[in-house]
Amino acid sequence: MPISILMPALSPTMEEGTLAKWHVKEGDAVASGDVIAEIETDKATMEVEAIDEGTVGKLLVAEGTEAVLVNTAIAIILEEGEDVSALDGFDVNADAESTPASPESTPSKVEPASSTEASPAAEKPSAPEPAGATGERVFSSPLARRIASQEGVDIAALKGTGPRGRVVKKDVEAALASGQSKAPAALQAIPTGQQPAVDPRVYFEEGSYDEVPLDKMRMTIARRLTQSKQEIPHYYISVDCELDALLQARKDLNAQDDEGIKLSVNDFVVRAAALALKKVPDVNVSYAGNAVLKHHNADIGIAVAIDGGLITPIISKADEKGLAAISTAAKDLALRARERKLKPSEFEGGGFSISNLGMFGVKNFTAVINPPQSAILAVGAGEMRPVIKDGEVTAATVMTVTLSCDHRVIDGALGARFLQVFKRHIELPTSMLM
Amino acid sequence: MTDKTYDVVVIGGGPGGYVAAIRASQLGLKAAVIERDKLGGVCLNWGCIPTKALLRSAEVYHLMQNASDFGLKAEGISFDIDAVVKRSRKVSERLSGGIGFLMKKNKIDVIAGEASLSDPTTISVKTAKETLTVKAKNIILATGARARTLPDLEPDGDVVWTAKEAMVPKKMPKSILVIGSGAIGIEFASFYNTLGVDVTVVEMVDRILPAEDAEIAALAAKSFKAQGMKLLTGAKIEKVEKGAKNAKVTVTTSDGKTQTQTVDVVICAVGIVGNVENIGLEKLGIKVDRTHVSVDKWCTTNVKNIYAIGDLVGPPWLAHKASHEGAMVAERIAGQPDIHPLDTSKIPGCTYCHPQVASVGLSEEKAKEAGYKIKVGRFPFTGNGKAIALGDTTGLVKTVFDEKTGELLGAHMVGAEVTELIQGYTVARTMEATEADLMGTVFPHPTLSEMMHESVLDAFDRALHI
Repeated sequence: MPISILMPALSPTMEEGTLAKWHVKEGDAVASGDVIAEIETDKATMEVEAIDEGTVGKLLVAEGTEAVLVNTAIAIILEEGEDVSALDGFDVNADAESTPASPESTPSKVEPASSTEASPAAEKPSAPEPAGATGERVFSSPLARRIASQEGVDIAALKGTGPRGRVVKKDVEAALASGQSKAPAALQAIPTGQQPAVDPRVYFEEGSYDEVPLDKMRMTIARRLTQSKQEIPHYYISVDCELDALLQARKDLNAQDDEGIKLSVNDFVVRAAALALKKVPDVNVSYAGNAVLKHHNADIGIAVAIDGGLITPIISKADEKGLAAISTAAKDLALRARERKLKPSEFEGGGFSISNLGMFGVKNFTAVINPPQSAILAVGAGEMRPVIKDGEVTAATVMTVTLSCDHRVIDGALGARFLQVFKRHIELPTSMLM
Repeated sequence: MTDKTYDVVVIGGGPGGYVAAIRASQLGLKAAVIERDKLGGVCLNWGCIPTKALLRSAEVYHLMQNASDFGLKAEGISFDIDAVVKRSRKVSERLSGGIGFLMKKNKIDVIAGEASLSDPTTISVKTAKETLTVKAKNIILATGARARTLPDLEPDGDVVWTAKEAMVPKKMPKSILVIGSGAIGIEFASFYNTLGVDVTVVEMVDRILPAEDAEIAALAAKSFKAQGMKLLTGAKIEKVEKGAKNAKVTVTTSDGKTQTQTVDVVICAVGIVGNVENIGLEKLGIKVDRTHVSVDKWCTTNVKNIYAIGDLVGPPWLAHKASHEGAMVAERIAGQPDIHPLDTSKIPGCTYCHPQVASVGLSEEKAKEAGYKIKVGRFPFTGNGKAIALGDTTGLVKTVFDEKTGELLGAHMVGAEVTELIQGYTVARTMEATEADLMGTVFPHPTLSEMMHESVLDAFDRALHI
């Protein structure tokens, strides 16, 4: 029986993507592991591998098609001995034989492609028939789907009490009443940009500006950061760190190195933060509503400005990496981020982030926490400032850093303790050898 | 006859009882029906079916009178009430015979006699010849209901009628006063009014058809008045002085004035009472609340394995509700999976007056009372091609939606054939369709059903033909 290849979810929050490139054409033989397509999301380009062996029977989605919903059939693979005639009457949406394309696919929100058709506002189509985690169709009434989508209830998680186990209005209302089955926040997010309370167009004469539609990355940034600022009670603490010893150490190390590794100040900052997270592990956490997740690894995101936006690739297990390894990883991630070639696992998650605007001469600033993380360190420029030592005014290279904390899980003293440890590592770089 | 043990014994062979027996038999249960009169119950013998036959005669008569509207000639039009009644009786007989056939086909024993519960598994049946004992693992009470009568206004078949007497008039009265403007009262009022009888309807509340949407009821009232029917709403019957050939009825009208009129016949249509007497309910301690047996959502009484369905239990008192309950109980007894209790908000109601009235779900006022923010759609018969071709442009199709979710909360119609149309909305409500599903449904042209589409569109300001 032919096998449908479904649009994979490259990350738990992915809802749709662009089919950037086909690596196979109809009639090609494919083996498990062969790259068959490239999928682009707002943040990354990802290769899709075949899981099954067979012949490409039909490509259902043309190269370059945007907004292909997760779990939409994109191609059909014919099994051994089957020819194209096997496609006659084959229903690509019959789920029994469908396999989500590799890699690890966690269907998050599944909608048939037809739901992307634009509809006039007055005629909202009923919410599309959803699918369960296994991709099976979840039977539900139109009204149940409508209410579930309005209220953000994950209908696939409900047990239906209607005819043949159909999810009916009553079931969705019961789930709402019990407060369960709320879809994860990321899934509820509107895929369009955040609507401002007042349309700014009212203030400006038409023609006095250029209107540039938001791309997906900008929409994602708008949505995620609005969500962060609305949900997370941010507070900020700053500390000045003297950099002279660090700069000397950096100079020495870079001078000695013959493998071409050039350490940046930021590499030291990452290392210092990683060690501080190990010593003050309560900062390396995620708020989970009814629990706090204490992370085992110091996975540190570094904000990278890229064309049209930014992305925060993650240096995983930064505490286990030396300066050279951090430096290499950071350069590699930044490069691939700019090329939009990161895997979702390389930019989603993490426990902590660093945003460094020092290169622009910024003295200090505050940063918005990047959920599911609970803190972010905003790093200013190292600059010569007068400091008082032993009652004397003297000059030192000083860098101001500001920590944004999620007060739900990190209290002020805890944040301050983290900064204290961080400052010590920065000011005494040899301590980072430990 | 030897004593027999059945899986299910149904007391009462009306539309609730006989359906329960058929469904039980289909599911492999040994079933019997005990009926003291005719199979088919009130519905088939003294209610729904014979009245529809009478109303059909009235409708054809009405069309004949208006033949010239259609370019036809009909002269010397008259009717023979005996023949009209005879036809109605024949329709009932034919269907009652049909039920007998269905019982045989499904191997259901029909026991003719009066049943009374002896204990939770034993029924004593008094037949014409003897008293039988019938053993049953499960008993379904389906004894139905009869017209409620008022004190000093017992039906006599001459001057005071209930629905039953109104169905078999010995002669045509010249004037009739109907007490009560529910479905039954209005149907007889409409029937006799069409046949030229001077009809007055007296209703206690401030409008006729109190169970229907107010706007729909007002439109029906307007049409009835145009046909010459007199409607006294917000009125109270003070006194009925019954004579040998007529009755003098004193009514206080809504403006507080008292008026007296003499009519040939008074039809009492003030609701029903459950047939709870003499069936042994007291002996078993089965709970009864104001002439109706108390049951849970599965139609189970307070005695295990004894169920009660149809008019004997709560409203709405409709044959299709009884049948549905009968099937549901049979399935429960047989241990079928996936059974659902009846949701009364999804039961349609039909009144076969002229123009007809039909509805399902919440009226506009009830929806507002329930706190919904609503969108209301309306489409008049005057905008529908088929209605104009039929020459019957009195009517309205009204839909009530929950603005937030698009749920079809209710649908209300008045006009030609609306009793045949309401089922479309009932399916939509039962399947929990939203406005989008109804808008996306293709309705055939030219039909009256197109108004159902237009009404939905109108609720969202998208009606096309108005």
